[in-house]
Amino acid sequence: LGLGATVVAVLPVQATAAVDEAIAAFTGGAEMGSEGITLIAPEIAENGNTVPIEVNAPGAEAIFIVAAGNPTPGVATFNFGPLAAAQSGSTRIRLAGTQDVIAIARMPDGSFVKASQEVKVTIGGCGG
Amino acid sequence: MADNVKPRVRVPRDATAGEVITIKTLISHNMESGQRRDDDGNIIPRSIINRFTCDFNGVNVLEVAMEPAISTNPFFEFQATVPESGTFTFTWYDDDGDVYTETKEITVS
Amino acid sequence: GNWGRLAAQQTLSQDDLLQFDTFGNVSLIHITDIHAQLKPIWFREPEINLGVGGNKGQVPHITGADFRRAYGIEDGSPSHYALSYDDFVALGHAYGKMGGLDRCATVINNIRAERPDALLLDGGDTWHGSYTCYKTEGQDVVNVMNLLKPDAMTFHWEFTLGSDRVRDIVDDLPFAALGQNIFDSEWDEPAEDFAPYKFYESGGVKVAVVGQAFPYMPIANPGWMFPEYSFGIRDQRMQKMVDEVRGQGAELVVCLSHNGFDVDKKMAERVTGIDVILAGHTHDALPEPYLVGETLIVASGSNGKFISRVDLDVRDGRMMGFRHKLIPIFSDVIAPDSEVAEAIDAERAPFANELSEVIGRTADDTTLFRRGNLNGSWDDLICDALIEEREADIAMSPGVRWGPSIMPGQDITREDIWNVTSMTYPNAYRTEMTGQFIHEIMEDVADNLFNPDPYYQQGGDMVRVGGMGYRIDVTKPIGERITEMTLLKTGEAIDPAKTYTVAGWASVNEGTEGPPIWDVVENHIRRQGTVSVAPNTSVQVIGA
Ligand SMILES: [Mn+2]
Ligand SMILES: [Mn+2]
Repeated sequence: LGLGATVVAVLPVQATAAVDEAIAAFTGGAEMGSEGITLIAPEIAENGNTVPIEVNAPGAEAIFIVAAGNPTPGVATFNFGPLAAAQSGSTRIRLAGTQDVIAIARMPDGSFVKASQEVKVTIGGCGG
Repeated sequence: MADNVKPRVRVPRDATAGEVITIKTLISHNMESGQRRDDDGNIIPRSIINRFTCDFNGVNVLEVAMEPAISTNPFFEFQATVPESGTFTFTWYDDDGDVYTETKEITVS
Repeated sequence: GNWGRLAAQQTLSQDDLLQFDTFGNVSLIHITDIHAQLKPIWFREPEINLGVGGNKGQVPHITGADFRRAYGIEDGSPSHYALSYDDFVALGHAYGKMGGLDRCATVINNIRAERPDALLLDGGDTWHGSYTCYKTEGQDVVNVMNLLKPDAMTFHWEFTLGSDRVRDIVDDLPFAALGQNIFDSEWDEPAEDFAPYKFYESGGVKVAVVGQAFPYMPIANPGWMFPEYSFGIRDQRMQKMVDEVRGQGAELVVCLSHNGFDVDKKMAERVTGIDVILAGHTHDALPEPYLVGETLIVASGSNGKFISRVDLDVRDGRMMGFRHKLIPIFSDVIAPDSEVAEAIDAERAPFANELSEVIGRTADDTTLFRRGNLNGSWDDLICDALIEEREADIAMSPGVRWGPSIMPGQDITREDIWNVTSMTYPNAYRTEMTGQFIHEIMEDVADNLFNPDPYYQQGGDMVRVGGMGYRIDVTKPIGERITEMTLLKTGEAIDPAKTYTVAGWASVNEGTEGPPIWDVVENHIRRQGTVSVAPNTSVQVIGA
């Protein structure tokens, strides 16, 4: 149990208009499919300040990552060069609370695909 | 300039031509988000690495545009194909204008 | 009812407890969540164990008479006493204490006499939970367990010894330390000190044991004590490991898990090719394996109270059948193994005076226990101690599942207090919290327990609260479960804007200040002399 003097609020953070804006800036408002992209993130973050995520979208030109509940939703854009062996990558991100992490890939034909997963950021539970 | 910025990368020493290799990079950096406040309640100014690139013999493998939501000590893992022996060049671009680079040789047989 | 007389009529014998017609060609022996209990203990099983979502009303989320009905257990029988909570005191007087690693040794030796290459697998939470374990940084348990000759173990609370100490012990461990989900946190690579799996040859069968450590270590326990490691469920890697060992010729794949039961169930649905999951962490004891597809899940209780024996018939690389027995360790019935008994006494000897000092006693109306989703009487006593000794409005105590029980009219020794408080981050903090923040904490912890998706659960129990009543609807989503929070001393509703003094312990935050909880509880019990704990009626549960 993680109780103490310096815990932070942890209720789910609601997505804001800023999320839509950030996504539109990447997609130009295009429709998004859901096939051909995977996002791997933990169900529960071990530490909200460093949450490992992995994105993979075979053939993509770029993958944009958004944290829907962060004050500033944009996280990173992976742009793949000619020598990328796979259109995939892993990094670690900050999440201000429980929220959806979203990954959107731009494919060479100009289409977009999207995957998302909720990551829970908790002050901690207790153990058996 | 940010203090104690130290890049580290993991690249295999050798590979066969066309082999898919996994690369991991870490750089020690606070990644001050610009959203935290100090003890007096003043915003601590943003100071992050905002861009990372990996090239091999001058050809791009990956370029990442980074926002403050990237964690302290940014980590990337990705995959590259190596057509020939040569040099990987990794570059990190700091908000303050500093640029950090690291290179790794790889022998392709 | 009073089952004492009826129970006494049912005589138990060691032969009956150990009776097992050896079956097939492989035997697994599973023990888990010993929590450093070397000696026999009283242990009352949970009264409230709520399942949510798809697990509502499913094992292990049934208790008492419902549990006995589900497994055909006769009222008043030894199994009634060992596996369900009601009539605990009367049955306890008839059947005696449970556990003791010297008795466990007898059972293990007996199985090995019949099946010399039986595999002994320890599910973890072994090097934690007692006075002597704390004082020796786990060495007492390590020494005693080594005599039992396990073949492998996995981990949870062990990591709260700090990673340096864990590595020290693991380096010298004469058996495998497994955890496919233990990763180096810096480079996100499998941690070198813990193998993902190990192969064994047993009965001519190639057996692979894959380890699965507690997935939520840095959340449920202080991550700063083991910063080099990262955990997680990692079921995709689990699948990879299972495929890998199958590829290397494994005919039987066993997962030695500390996931907790519901997480194991979900993992068994998502990962194919595991024959047996030996489940730990949630301390459930089930008299039969639970089947998910073709995967057996075996749950073996806690505190040394049970050992599971699973005999398997493996032919042509397939598990063709099984025979299983959950062996209750009735300490008055199973003879202690003399070598292990001596070793236990030797480990305890340097601390004999401290351990045995009587601090107080329980009143005739009070059994102290802790197990169940909500406050047990031990928890209420600890919360009372926090409120009085730390002069707080509200107390919070972690919802852990370990800790033996104390019978009515029994002396409470220092050892007894440490059995329910011993940990490496024991400081009893005192702080101010707003009513709103208290609500957020309650909601957060409740979601770790009652989220309908097991992968979002951590297998603990609800934070135990003193000085405050509330209503909880376990069927609601986060943010809506906890209502009607009331400050008990005034009867007034908790005001979100008002500030309350809260005392608690087991904070995962580094640098938490305050006296160790065992001193707080000891002082409180000493002051009371005889301890009487009234039934807790301040928590109202909805949707159970
Ligand atoms: Mn345990
Ligand atoms: Mn555990």
